[in-house]
Amino acid sequence: MNDLSAYNVRDNDGKPIWKFLKSEFKPKGKIFTPFNIISLPIMILGLVLIVIRFWKGIGSITNLTQDVPWGLWIGFDVVTGVAFAGGAYVLTFMVYILNMHKYHSIVRVTVLNGFLAYLFYAGALLLDLGRPWNVINPIIGNNFGASSVLFLVAWHFLLYMIAQLIEFSPAIAEWLGARRARKILSGMTIATVIFGITLSTLHQSGLGALYLMAKDKIHPLWYSEFIPILFFISSIFAGLSMVIFEGSITQKVFSWQISDKNEHAHDEILHGLSKVCSVAMFAYFFLQVIVFIHGKRWEYFGTSMGNWYMLEVVGFVLFPMLLFFSSYRTRNLKLIKIAAIITIVGVILNRLNVTIIGFRWDAEIRYIPSWMEFVVTLAVMFTEIWIFRWVINRMPVLRDSPAWVVDEKR
Amino acid sequence: MGIDRRGFLKILGVAGITLTVGKGLASTSKEKEVEFFGMLYDSWRCGGCQSCEIACAEAHGLPKPIDEPKTGIVRKTDETRRVVVNSYSTTKGEVYNRKQCMHCNQPACAAACLTQAMYKTKEGPVIWRGEKCMGCRYCMISCPFDIPKFEYHSPNPKIQKCDMCYDKIIKGGVPICAEICPADAIMFGKRSDLIKEARKRIHDNPGSYNDNIYGENEAGGTGFMYLTPTSISELGFNASIQKSSYPELSKGFLFSVPTVFVLLPPILLGIYEATKNNQTKEGGDNE
Repeated sequence: MNDLSAYNVRDNDGKPIWKFLKSEFKPKGKIFTPFNIISLPIMILGLVLIVIRFWKGIGSITNLTQDVPWGLWIGFDVVTGVAFAGGAYVLTFMVYILNMHKYHSIVRVTVLNGFLAYLFYAGALLLDLGRPWNVINPIIGNNFGASSVLFLVAWHFLLYMIAQLIEFSPAIAEWLGARRARKILSGMTIATVIFGITLSTLHQSGLGALYLMAKDKIHPLWYSEFIPILFFISSIFAGLSMVIFEGSITQKVFSWQISDKNEHAHDEILHGLSKVCSVAMFAYFFLQVIVFIHGKRWEYFGTSMGNWYMLEVVGFVLFPMLLFFSSYRTRNLKLIKIAAIITIVGVILNRLNVTIIGFRWDAEIRYIPSWMEFVVTLAVMFTEIWIFRWVINRMPVLRDSPAWVVDEKR
Repeated sequence: MGIDRRGFLKILGVAGITLTVGKGLASTSKEKEVEFFGMLYDSWRCGGCQSCEIACAEAHGLPKPIDEPKTGIVRKTDETRRVVVNSYSTTKGEVYNRKQCMHCNQPACAAACLTQAMYKTKEGPVIWRGEKCMGCRYCMISCPFDIPKFEYHSPNPKIQKCDMCYDKIIKGGVPICAEICPADAIMFGKRSDLIKEARKRIHDNPGSYNDNIYGENEAGGTGFMYLTPTSISELGFNASIQKSSYPELSKGFLFSVPTVFVLLPPILLGIYEATKNNQTKEGGDNE
């Protein structure tokens, strides 16, 4: 401890660690920004609703029914949110495993985004659990329900969050000026990356596999034995589209943190990502076509669900795939961002079609989320963005590492 | 072919168990020795008197039913009633039919449960154990019969479903509905005896019964079985229930997990080693 604080004294403008932390916890920048003015009331309202939920039961603020027990909080927050957090494992694969250094400057921010997404959207799961005090049961062995896909997903969420925290931890060490810790933690990166990619492969597909037993409940156009594989492949382009989308926002909002070198590199990064997206989307589309033909699904042509399916697969997969492809060929940055947004909408559509819209599509009472479910979802998202901003403004995520890190590498 | 495949899957399964935590999959091989208790409901005998509904509500501390079976109205089980009797107008006149937990031989709810709160007991009933349940409702997603019901309006919600009066039968008793039924429409016993009895009734009363025991093979076989005077499509049964068990549907995925877990990391490591040289060339950093 003593020699750690000795480092800190030197590295954080000569302040002792607790004084440094105290100053870091103070807000930086303006308080009354448009984002804060919009998000703060929603977060407070969300908190009130959460209190009501724990006081009066889940039914007091949600429209969940006995037929549709998983609604917006699972279908959107968890299943869709985790797909978008897939950017972290894809990017760590490209940078650390394939050693594509072009993408190195956006790895930290993507891993941070992924980690926070898991923390908050999987954390939102606690709101949806009827008996959340028992959430540790599958971890402590009361009991190990190893035949359950959800058991796998739960363990993987936990392990992957730890893996992502380790992947991100060098940035925390740099922020605290902990040299020795940084060296140890960054030495663990390759191992955790490999572990993390394996976990992601399994739980991204596992989220789809959750619905395998609901064979009679999901509309046949969205149910097939291939849901796990479709979920896995779509998590690749879902994650990368989110990286493109979030990247172009952070580039603007936090532009003062980004070095010129990295700012220029960003255009190249977008081109590369759009290529990966279009290839992954082609594989996904191809598999959808095979499943469609194999399942003899043409009888649904012309039905309202059939049209809805066509819109999803042609309008929000094939179309943005072509956009990605052509934007890569013509090097059109604007087109990449448009394609990314369309892809994001398409992935949301797909996940909601499996989990909510196509789930018990024949039920007498359809489930439509209540406004309160939306408010809580928004509150969770805004809280995540607040934490994200707090970290970005303090740790070397977008900006370059402090000078001592560069010195140490020589 | 069947045996080969099964044997292969078993080996994979054992590998999976040693690699992941837990032991749930291992228990399936022992099932043969155990004989489950079950129940046989004779819809031809049932007079729709609701005695079973009332007795069930009383025995489990639930409110008394306030509505009666009426043709054209489908009453559903919910968090306040574990069993309902409905009336159907069929080609053989008015026929009553019951709905409650089927106590599947291989229950989807128990396979879905990540804490084994939903649990297939060795006696046969599928029970819910509150001290393990985290309230995720994955059992409700998975159950093809839509049986587990959740108390949405309670801060300490329970899953409500028929437990075949488990507390009574482990002491040698009989489920309350079977005990109380004035028409003798509900029979409790060893599942194999019930199937024999059902066959006998079909044989002894030609023309009275549909020649099919619902539940003998549905969803891989269920503990609760039905004898019906008409075809099941007239009696509000879910026609899309498959013959094989529902946990079978996610088995393929679960068995692929250990394979991926063993094979993917070395492949990734190999790619990493193979592309490592790019790193020194470009002078990149690595953290």
